[in-house]
Amino acid sequence: MGLYRDEGIVLRTHKLGEADRIVSILTRGHGKVRAVAKGVRKTKSRFGARLEPPTHLQLQFYEGRGDLQIVDQAETIDHFRAIREDLDRLTRAVSMLEAADQLGLEGEPNPSLYSMLLGALRALADHCGPLVLPSFFLKVLALEGFRAVVDQCVECGQTEALVAFDLDSGGTRCEAHRSGIAVSPEARELLVDILGGRLGQALNTPPSSATIEVEHLATRSMEHHLERRLRSVAILDRG
Amino acid sequence: MTSVYAKPVQELIDELGRLPGVGPKSAQRIAFHLLKVEKGDALRLATAIIEAKDRVTFCQRCFNIAEGGMCALCADDRRDPTILCVVEEPRDIVAVEKTQEYQGRYHVLQGAISPIDGVGPEQLRIRELLARIDGESVQEVILCTNPNLEGEATAMYLSRLLRGLVPKVTRIASGLPVGGDLEYADELTLGRALEGRREVDG
Repeated sequence: MGLYRDEGIVLRTHKLGEADRIVSILTRGHGKVRAVAKGVRKTKSRFGARLEPPTHLQLQFYEGRGDLQIVDQAETIDHFRAIREDLDRLTRAVSMLEAADQLGLEGEPNPSLYSMLLGALRALADHCGPLVLPSFFLKVLALEGFRAVVDQCVECGQTEALVAFDLDSGGTRCEAHRSGIAVSPEARELLVDILGGRLGQALNTPPSSATIEVEHLATRSMEHHLERRLRSVAILDRG
Repeated sequence: MTSVYAKPVQELIDELGRLPGVGPKSAQRIAFHLLKVEKGDALRLATAIIEAKDRVTFCQRCFNIAEGGMCALCADDRRDPTILCVVEEPRDIVAVEKTQEYQGRYHVLQGAISPIDGVGPEQLRIRELLARIDGESVQEVILCTNPNLEGEATAMYLSRLLRGLVPKVTRIASGLPVGGDLEYADELTLGRALEGRREVDG
């Protein structure tokens, strides 16, 4: 097969040997691709900053033996400078990349996950809203088939006085069937906005205790689904 | 399966194979080379390793590698103690020193913040950095971490932390490597190079 082209988003990099890196890239047409970028750590590398997360780029791979490809050429589509030069956005972006890295499968194209990640990064580059990251998590979980139930009790179907969110049953619960994490009415409103088609409005919500609640809840849901902690979330407290 | 090598040889190969960049085949080749050379030559290597491990420690002030308590750079009175260059690893000091452009002191973080690998600020020598800034009347801190995701995150974190504590916090410039081609420069680097352009006084 030799060479092939695709567009992708750099998820993470690992150092390899003296000056190379292994780059994990989520591509539109080939799922997650792990590829060797030769000499990329040298200052004169022709790749330069292009293969750093979370760059969106046009790539040409050379099919390697085994599961590692070789990056042949890379052309930037968007380098998300606003994200890279702001610590808050960068840590949020890294959490998205970490989740996408866990969910993406090699050789299994997942165009919806790809467009969602791209959309979320663009939203984050536009403005640093507190709900970009949780919206991405909740939407991706819905895509994976784990759409959270937020407009009724998962036990009895009641739509009033929903006070808790249960990770195991994947949705809100009423007063009588409460278990899991407590949810304030404001936070539940935001959850409904995110999953119920008013995402644009939700993304413009200013930070509040409810957005922190939603962020926490979305992160826990994602971790529950992945069955592992998201390491990047715990590292820097989002002051 | 039992090893085809005598036990000491197998052990030597295993140990060599744990070195960075040395695969099983190279380990085997080095082991046989060591067995073939004169005893004195092989022992010199062994002694060098023992000496280095015994005598080299981390500098108690800047965490560079040092012989004894303080590294040569910290012990040198001629260096300017009011400027502090923060780097990730001791080998970065070597790179900066080679430029012969810098006369201040250093501080080695022994790593960089890497959210995705779970390396946070508390795993780095940041507390020690703050203590030095308090104690040594530092006027300028130069953030000299790598211009990659981890290094940039570290630099941003430190700049936030140090704001108000030091009169001046600077970040090394990003730009085009001398001898490189403009056409191959990536957009981010070239963008920063343009932004950091200066007046020519040739």
